[in-house]
Amino acid sequence: MAPLIPDIIAPEYNFIIAFIVGIGFGFALEQAGFSSTRKLVGLFYGYDFTVLKVFFTAGITAMIGVLLLGHLELLNTSIIFVNPTFLPSAITGGLIMGLGFVVGGFCPGTSACAAAIGKIDGWAFIFGATLGIFTFGEFFPFLEKLYMADPQGPVLINEVLGIKPATFALLMTLIAIVAFMATGVIEDKVNGKAVKIFNGQWKNKALAAAIPVILVVLIMVTPSRKEYVMQKLEARAAAGECKPDLIDADQLAFELINNYYQYNVIDVRSPEEYQQFHIATAINIPLDELHNPAYRELLNQRIQTNVFYGSTPLQAKQACLIARYHGNTTSRALAVTAQEFKQLFYEYSDMPQNPTKEQQTLVLFRQQAAKKMQEIENNLAAKQKPVKKKITRVQGGCS
Amino acid sequence: MNKKNGYMNPYLAGVLLGFVLLTTIYITGRGLGASGAMKSVAVSAVKAAAPEHYSNTPYYRSYAADHPQGPMKSWLVFEMLGVLVGAFFSGTLSGRIGLKLEKGPGVTNVGRLAGAIAGGFLFGFGSQLGRGCTSGSALSGMAVMSYGGIVTMVAIFGGAYAFAWFFRKMWISR
Repeated sequence: MAPLIPDIIAPEYNFIIAFIVGIGFGFALEQAGFSSTRKLVGLFYGYDFTVLKVFFTAGITAMIGVLLLGHLELLNTSIIFVNPTFLPSAITGGLIMGLGFVVGGFCPGTSACAAAIGKIDGWAFIFGATLGIFTFGEFFPFLEKLYMADPQGPVLINEVLGIKPATFALLMTLIAIVAFMATGVIEDKVNGKAVKIFNGQWKNKALAAAIPVILVVLIMVTPSRKEYVMQKLEARAAAGECKPDLIDADQLAFELINNYYQYNVIDVRSPEEYQQFHIATAINIPLDELHNPAYRELLNQRIQTNVFYGSTPLQAKQACLIARYHGNTTSRALAVTAQEFKQLFYEYSDMPQNPTKEQQTLVLFRQQAAKKMQEIENNLAAKQKPVKKKITRVQGGCS
Repeated sequence: MNKKNGYMNPYLAGVLLGFVLLTTIYITGRGLGASGAMKSVAVSAVKAAAPEHYSNTPYYRSYAADHPQGPMKSWLVFEMLGVLVGAFFSGTLSGRIGLKLEKGPGVTNVGRLAGAIAGGFLFGFGSQLGRGCTSGSALSGMAVMSYGGIVTMVAIFGGAYAFAWFFRKMWISR
């Protein structure tokens, strides 16, 4: 699953890829006419809206592409770089950049395109930009407070608006279509031409506008690949077709104190719950993340049997089914919940009055097992914890 | 291609640009950028001209820590080298290569150069405050639906519209 770097393509190739996508970037910008300063500022005086058309189309194409790849689980959207949000500096910086845009007639990327085809004003803009960046660095101590104010992290706009990503994409697409039509009218008026909304080829135009809308609507109405898999699993489980093997609490305790290394105990609750209490040797993979391909190798270890448990018996069963779906055949689910396990071994181990022989053995076993499991856990804690694959966000941005 | 001016249809160019950005995200997990490469140049200049100042200032120290192989060994520097090549290729293809100074009607050469340098200065300064420019913050931010990126985009274009009237003499004759 993408991003291809670092797992599928080695990070060493990153600079070569940067160069290649740069060529594509420069080619697209120059072909669009972004090497011409008068074409760029036309946006702000109403005589040429090329920038709006290209910029909006590009942004929406990429946005829907990311959405679609995420929907099909071809791209892990939880680790791609999302620019962090610092509102005060974003707004101040943006306004200064806007001023620089109308004064200088370029933005950094377009100035490079202009410079590449021999525009002297492009080189002058690059020189000025480098000087501006240098000045920012020199005055950083005075700007640091504004720069770091109100850090919100990598927030997404749809989270702020409280809507689904696909809804936001649909909204943007519709806004873009209206904007393209409206600016066409303005352009004609400013340039003193007769106003035509559909000047010919209206069929092609309608088709071009319909494609992104249809794509987003499809994303909205179809279940994502993850949802689809879960639905299928649940349907199978409901049909009784695929019953996960259950393991009894006492049996698990027995196995743990005798051969814990043969078991891969996985806690599928939240990290907070895991922190409060977990069964000895257990690692934590929340149920929502279990589907993540990063864990597939861990789930398919041949020597170890997976034992899942959660805060409800259903959680453990679901986890077990996910593991099976991804090819593991020996996964088992704990018959009791985490809370029940804790009670059995750590809370209710007092001997009942007049115990039968059986009860006596059981209570003694549980008391001993509790002690022993604690020991194993302590010993393991001193050593390195079992693998927990670290999934880090990609670094990016302009700084 | 539009025969009138030799430029590509803007929507087609937009789709092409969108696919370049999408490919970048798919392969590397990050978006495109531009101002970061200029930052590498600025930082390298400081390193070469005033090595002591470079190693004493916390701002450059933290930059050096992020770029252990030196300021020029940065993803965006390589990407921008590609941009220069790609733009040159495109310009050659459409016959737009040549030394030229483009300016609004009635603007002197010196006036245009001063404007470009001053505008560049402001854009460069603002891009540092806004954590990226039109490419890295606005366009790439929009693709991944970053709140900060979209706010920056609105601020850039909103700001440009707000200031456009004051600088109209630089671009249009009216």
